[in-house]
Formats: sequence, structure tokens, C-alpha cells
Amino acid sequence: MALHRSQEPVVFELSRPGRTAPSQFPQAASPPAVPPHWRRKDAPLLPAVSELQAVRHFTRLSQLNFSIDTHFYPLGSCTMKYNPKACNSLAMLPELLGRHPLAPESHSQGFLACMFELQEMLKGITGMQGVSLTPMAGAQGEFAGVAMIRSYHRARGDLARNEVIVPEAAHGTNPATATMCGCNVKEIPCDANGDVDIGALRDAVGPKTAGIMLTNPSTLGVFERKIDEVARIVHDAGGLLYYDGANLNAILGKVRPGDMGFDVIHMNLHKTFSTPHGGGGPGSGAVGVAERLLPFLPIPIVGRDGERYRWLAERDLPQTIGRLSGFMGNAGVNLRAYIYMRMLGREGMTRVAEFATLNANYLLKRLLAAGFDAAYPTRRASHEFIITLKRQHRDYQITAMDVAKRLLDYGFHAPTTYFPLLVPECLLIEPTETEAKEDLDRFCDAMIAILQEMTNEPEKLTSAPLTMPVRRLDDVRAAKQLDLVWKRADTA
Amino acid sequence: MPYIPHTPDDVAEMLAVIGAQRIEDLFEEIPSVLKTASLSQVPPALSEMEIGRLMAERAACDGRPLSFLGAGAYEHHIPAPVWAIATRGEFYSAYTPYQAEASQGTLQLIYEYQSMMCALTAMEVSNASLYDGASALAESCLMAVRANRATNSRRVLVPRSVNPTYLQVAQAIAGNQNIRFETVEFDRERGNTLVDALRRYDGSDVTALVVQQPNFFGVLEDVDELADWARANKALLIGVVNPTSLGILKPPGQWGRLVDGKHGADIVCGEGQPLGVPLSSGGPYFGFMTTRMQYVRQMPGRIVGRTLDTEGRPGFTLTLQAREQHIRRAKANSNICTNQGLTVTAATIYMSLLGAQGLARVADMSAARTQDLVAALTAIPGVRQTFSGQRFHEAVLTLDRPVAPVLAALAERGIFGGVDLSERFPELGHAMLVCATETKTEADIGGYASALGELLRLPLTARGAA
Repeated sequence: MALHRSQEPVVFELSRPGRTAPSQFPQAASPPAVPPHWRRKDAPLLPAVSELQAVRHFTRLSQLNFSIDTHFYPLGSCTMKYNPKACNSLAMLPELLGRHPLAPESHSQGFLACMFELQEMLKGITGMQGVSLTPMAGAQGEFAGVAMIRSYHRARGDLARNEVIVPEAAHGTNPATATMCGCNVKEIPCDANGDVDIGALRDAVGPKTAGIMLTNPSTLGVFERKIDEVARIVHDAGGLLYYDGANLNAILGKVRPGDMGFDVIHMNLHKTFSTPHGGGGPGSGAVGVAERLLPFLPIPIVGRDGERYRWLAERDLPQTIGRLSGFMGNAGVNLRAYIYMRMLGREGMTRVAEFATLNANYLLKRLLAAGFDAAYPTRRASHEFIITLKRQHRDYQITAMDVAKRLLDYGFHAPTTYFPLLVPECLLIEPTETEAKEDLDRFCDAMIAILQEMTNEPEKLTSAPLTMPVRRLDDVRAAKQLDLVWKRADTA
Repeated sequence: MPYIPHTPDDVAEMLAVIGAQRIEDLFEEIPSVLKTASLSQVPPALSEMEIGRLMAERAACDGRPLSFLGAGAYEHHIPAPVWAIATRGEFYSAYTPYQAEASQGTLQLIYEYQSMMCALTAMEVSNASLYDGASALAESCLMAVRANRATNSRRVLVPRSVNPTYLQVAQAIAGNQNIRFETVEFDRERGNTLVDALRRYDGSDVTALVVQQPNFFGVLEDVDELADWARANKALLIGVVNPTSLGILKPPGQWGRLVDGKHGADIVCGEGQPLGVPLSSGGPYFGFMTTRMQYVRQMPGRIVGRTLDTEGRPGFTLTLQAREQHIRRAKANSNICTNQGLTVTAATIYMSLLGAQGLARVADMSAARTQDLVAALTAIPGVRQTFSGQRFHEAVLTLDRPVAPVLAALAERGIFGGVDLSERFPELGHAMLVCATETKTEADIGGYASALGELLRLPLTARGAA
């Protein structure tokens, strides 16, 4: 469970002039086809290592990571569930891996069929009328969604609508996206029970309202109960509703964003549909839309004429918001999501939400029994929940950061900390449906042990982690004495 | 139940702890009128064996043709260790390294990646990646507006020799923030952008000039002259480069004359796919971005720095996060959150295995193969080279007849002969873009040439039958 503590040198420190991995590249072409005028004078400073040195170095680096395959990873709002191995191995079949994005449609029917069927399944699951798979991550899906809302208003000559309403608990990507789309952001509060403050929403909407961006269940880990009323208020004011699919795992097969009144949605295929998080990506942020936004979908999309699949592009959707990627987005990620959905099937979809919610509520109840405080004690947890350490902070000067770091010592990846920003000293915990009861129990045991350490051995928390490859890192130094690139003198 | 470990006893015990009768009770806060009736659009479940069979059939349906396609995505040899290591669970199934102490592997790897990208481009700082080359150009244009305080026009000049899809993507993403893209014509004879074409902007307010090297046609731009023009006109220079080509080409950090100890591009971006990332129908790839240290706070995306832990040991962490959406929200440099970590992992392993020597060999061999390909194809009556400028590993060829039916006929023979340019660049006539990399042999090139020769020997009038 513990990671090795020996430091791994930076790869450049393994370098020796003249050392190579010669089986990996061709012999020199002579004479060179590009003449000296165009050529670089000095070779770039890349590593010069043997194949084994490279293999060992990067394998050892991998062993300095926590991951789903090795550790329980209850990182709230990120849906760190098991990534089935078959999704990877089948998406890496040589024909699929080698397929050029501009290959003719006549020789792409196998790939296009997968993408078309994925679009159809996502439409069905979300209750939307059209889907585009091109956005390359959640944030790009958000961008596509808000850009479509803007295009919709503009196409109707409704030019004043440039305000996007965002609850204060929203992911930072929501307001940042609104800005990228050239909109102004209006933040509204949530009430004490975690629902949108309806009065504040009524005050916020008006003739400038382009739309609202909502996550449901919200980032507070609870279902937005007044969603009907929110939809009515925003629609009555002439705005549209955007669904941030970050928490789609909680409601898969239970309730569809389209039925809740949303006009546009992005899905994080790397969360709900279990494509790998890859140490920070790639994701995929497919978007779905209701009827009135169909003409604005980002291109390309896969269409079907009879038995033939083909790309839909500018000619088919002249009002499209355009292209968001050089080709058609993270196709390989979409393939993995397709394989995952086919393996789960109809029944499996609903089970995802059920067991994710079961796990979250079980873990919440056990932590409450152990003496922790829920941020929203009167509410049912969705697929995740928030523990606030406000009381422990007051009594023992222990922070959420301390608990997070100490959990690493116990062999658990930390939950999300300090998000949402409005809950003090919070841990956002998302166990996902793929964790067994024993693992949840072990996590609870660790949390109980940590609670005891707060009184008995608080230094174990304040100085945690004690068993990781490094101790707590100096972030201030990192930002002030910037060291972002290895330099040759660093070896000295 | 696939991927769900709960036994019936587990469920019963857990519900008892929760104090609920049935799992369904946990969804009581969802208004019942909203609840989903059925999921008819999702078919019943398949076992791993069944989906394996289906995917094998789908894959076989597309086959493994001999491809001479490029236009932004390039087939290169990928060393076996690259994906064997990148798909290790510890890399594959981890996330953004928020908990630095439990993510030193990913963090150190990104630091090494940043170092390699700076070395390749001869720039000072790199971020941890963007989505792809096209969206990296969009972010570069937005960044140029933030960084260039000498201008306020928000005008970005984009030569038409830049990949036209990149311009479309930049417009779709950056256009919402009132950035004006203006195109500049290329020289019809040489196929690159001449400084003369920029003369009408002399002395006017230009935020940035985009230069792609090699350009979309595979032709090398006179980057030094273009860089000098940008400097003289206070425009930031955005270089869009192919990382393979930087194994041999002058890096963007050295473009142009030294003035006050400075030269080169201000922002460099591009498509990272050629560095060990499979073609995979267009993604996931990764966009890279490097810049000068003076602009580091204007950069979008994650950045990793080296620092010390409480015991004084070196370690790695995400840094300069005050630029990012989770801190700055509406005032962030970009909305990007998740990037392309896994493909960056692959690229870092790829660059380590090839080294400077290997990358130069790949670049040289690709250029040589393309030279051979052009020689073989232009020996066929009815095929000529469109441009005279020095090229890297792609070339535009003009045929004596419409391109589409010829490419379709080649595809029927298992050869993807090139990318049809006649819609995007009608002024070039029956033009197509071809590419050969180190993966193509003399026999491959010979096979293509004889197939094309055969097709073009058919009289023009019979082309419909070709």
C-alpha cells in the first residue's frame, strides 16, 4: 500500500552523451532532404538514455502515484470509479488505433457506427434530441453549451442576453466558461438546505439573462429539489438552462436532465462512463441539446443516411457554433465510453446511480455515527456528500488539509478539499459504485483513527503525510522561486 | 452485476445502517414526476467476450490501409515501451495531481515534459498541456491579447498557409471575446507567406501574427523575416510548430534577428500527436504551449514546479494556480481544467526513448521519404508539384483531373492517397496534400506510384469509371 520513498532522479540526470535506444529510430537519411539554411544549430536538450533506463525510470515514477487501480480514491466531484480494462484494450485494437482522422467515410463505417450508436445512447440517457461528441473535456463541453445558448439568442435577434447565472457553489469552470463566451457572470447564493435561493434567482433574471448553469445533484452533494421552479423562472424570463453533467453518475437511469427542463447538457465521459482520468486527462465532454438548440451543435457529428454513416459538417448545420478541435474531439476516449456503455447495458446504467448512492449514504451514516458532521445533515446524500471539520478546527486547530494528508498515510487518496468554497473546512467524498463495503469500512476505520489522533497525537495530523515519497511541499516557494524547467547546471 | 461488488447481504447491512428499506428510497428527494420510465435507447448488456467480438468486427470493417494522409495528424513508429508504461494503472487511472505527495510520479513526469518542450522549442516555460493543436492556437491568441500591452486592436493576422481548421477552431473559441482574425494570402508559386503580403499592415495596430512552420502545405516559411516583421510592428509572434520537425528545424525561440538580446517567437504552440500518440481517429492528442518567462502568468492550463518539502527534499507540485479557474473563477486565464495528461505521459516517454538523435533521424527520414514520394508521383504524366518552396514531410500535388474520384479509386485498392484540397483551396485546382513519414518504405511508395499511374492512364473522360 505504501509508496517507495527513494527519490527518482530527473530523467536528464540519467543522460550520458552518446547513449541511445537505437532500435527505436531509423538510420540517417543521406543526404538530408532539408538543407542547412533551415536547420537548428544545436541539438535540443533531450535525454540520452537506454531503453531499459527509460523503462525503469518511468515505471518507478508510476509507482510514486496513488491511482484507482491501487488505492481507494474518493475524490469528490471526480467520479473515480474502476476503469474496466477491456475498454482500453478494445479501443486499442490496431485498426482503431491506426485510423487516420481524415480517412474516407467509405473505409470508416466500423468506427462511425460506434460513434453514432454512442450519440444515440447518450441522447436516450439524458433525454436530449441531439448529441455532439467533439468537446474534449468537461470545460470545453461547458463552452460549447454556453456558446450555443448565445447563438440561439442571437439568431432570434435577442442581442441583449449576455448574463449567465451561476450558483455560488458551482465549479470554477462554470464562471470561467461564461467569461470565455463573452458573457457576464451573476452568482446567486444557495439556501441553508443546499437548494438554490429562489428569491435570489427571481431577482437575478431579466431581459439580459442568457441562461443559468446548474449541476444537479449540486456540488453540495444533494439533489436540487426545486428544479421545476428554477426551470420555470429561467424559461419565463427568456433564458435557457444549462446542465453541468459533473454529477450525472448520481442520477443515471433515474432521472433525465431533459425531463428536468434543461435545454443543454455536457457529460463528462471520463467520470460517468468510466474512461480513464489519465493523471489529468484526456476527458471527453460530449454535449446534448433539446430541439431548439439542434442547429447550433458543434461539428462534426455522425449522421446516418440509410445504412451509411457520414460526417455532418458546415453544410448540414450552417448555424453551428463551429469546430472545437482539429478533427472530431477525443475519439479514442469516446470509443472507451462506448464500450463501457455496451458492457453495462440498460440495466447496468440504473445500477450505477443506485449503488453509487447506496455507497455514499452508507459512508455518510457511518461517519456521522463516528462523530463527524455533515454539511447538510437534514439531506439525503446523492452519490457524494460533504463533511465539514469546522468543529474539529475550532476545538483542535486541525484543518481539512491535515485530515486529507493524514488519509494518505492510511493508504487512501484524499477526498476533494476546500470545495465547494462556501462550506468551511470541508471534505467532498465520492466513493462511487465500484467500491466494496469492506473498503468503505476500512476508510471509516481510518477516519475514526484520525479523529482519535486529533486529541491524542495531533502532530501526526499537522505534520502528515509521514509515509509518502515526500513530506508536505512548500507551495509558496514553488510559486515564488519558479523552477519549471530542468537546466543542465542542475546536475552540479 | 458488472463492476459492482455488493452481495445481497452487503446491501441489506448497508440499508440497515442507513435506515432505509430499499435502495429506491434513497432517491426520495427526486420529484416522482421526473423519474425516468425506460432507457430504450441503450441495448442490453454484453459480456466482455461479446463486446470483444463486436469491436473486432467493427475494427476489421475499417481495415489497415496504406496511408499517405497527414494534414495535422501523422503516422510515426511508436516504441513498444511508450504505451506499455502509459497504460499502467498508476498513470492511467490517477487524476490531476491535486494531492502532490501522493502524485509525485505524474508531477515529476510533467516537469520533465515541460523541460523537453522548452528544449525542443527553445523557449523558457511550458504548461502541462492543452487539448490539441487547434485549440492550443485558440488559447495562444487569447493569451496574446492578455500579454501584448502595446496594442489594443485584438487583431490577429493568420496567413492562409496556416491549417484552415486551426483558424476555424480559433474563431469558434476566441471569436466570442471579440478577437478579429484577418487572413493573409500566401505566395502561389512558392506556397509560403511572404513579408510583402504583410506590408499593408506596416505600422498599424496588430496584436499578434501567427506563423505555422512547416505550414499546412508542408512548405517551410521564411520564419526569420516574418519574426522580424512582427517585432518591428509590436505584434506578438505565435509560432505553430510540428514537434517532430524541431528535431532538425531552427526552433521558434531562435527565429529572427537578435534585437536587444531578444529574438524568437513569443508564444509557441502545436499538436503533440507526432510524439508517440497514435492516430486514433483524431484524438486524444495533446496541445503544447511554451512561452517566455515574462508571460508565464498569462499562460492557460496547469504548470508544475519543483520545490522543497518540510525536510528540505526536492519535490514537485502544481504551481501558479492563481491563474486558473478553480481559484480565479470568472477572471481566470481560461476555463481549462482537465487536460491531456495521459498523452503527455506517452510523449514524455517517447522523447526520452528517441532523444535528440532519434528525433532528428525521424525528421530527416520523413523528409527524405516525402522527397522520394514526390519524385515518384510527379514522374507520372498528369501529376505535378504545386509549390516550389522548400518542404518538410508533406507536399501539395496537382492532378490533371478532379481529385475526389482518384482518391476514392485508390482507397478501393487499400491506399489512402492524400487529402483533397479542392474545396478548401479552389484556387489551387485539382490539388491534394500528401505525406510520407519514416514508416513508409520504398515498396510502399512504389506501390502507390504504380496504382496512381494506372488510374491516371485512363482517359480523362472515363474518370467517372475510375
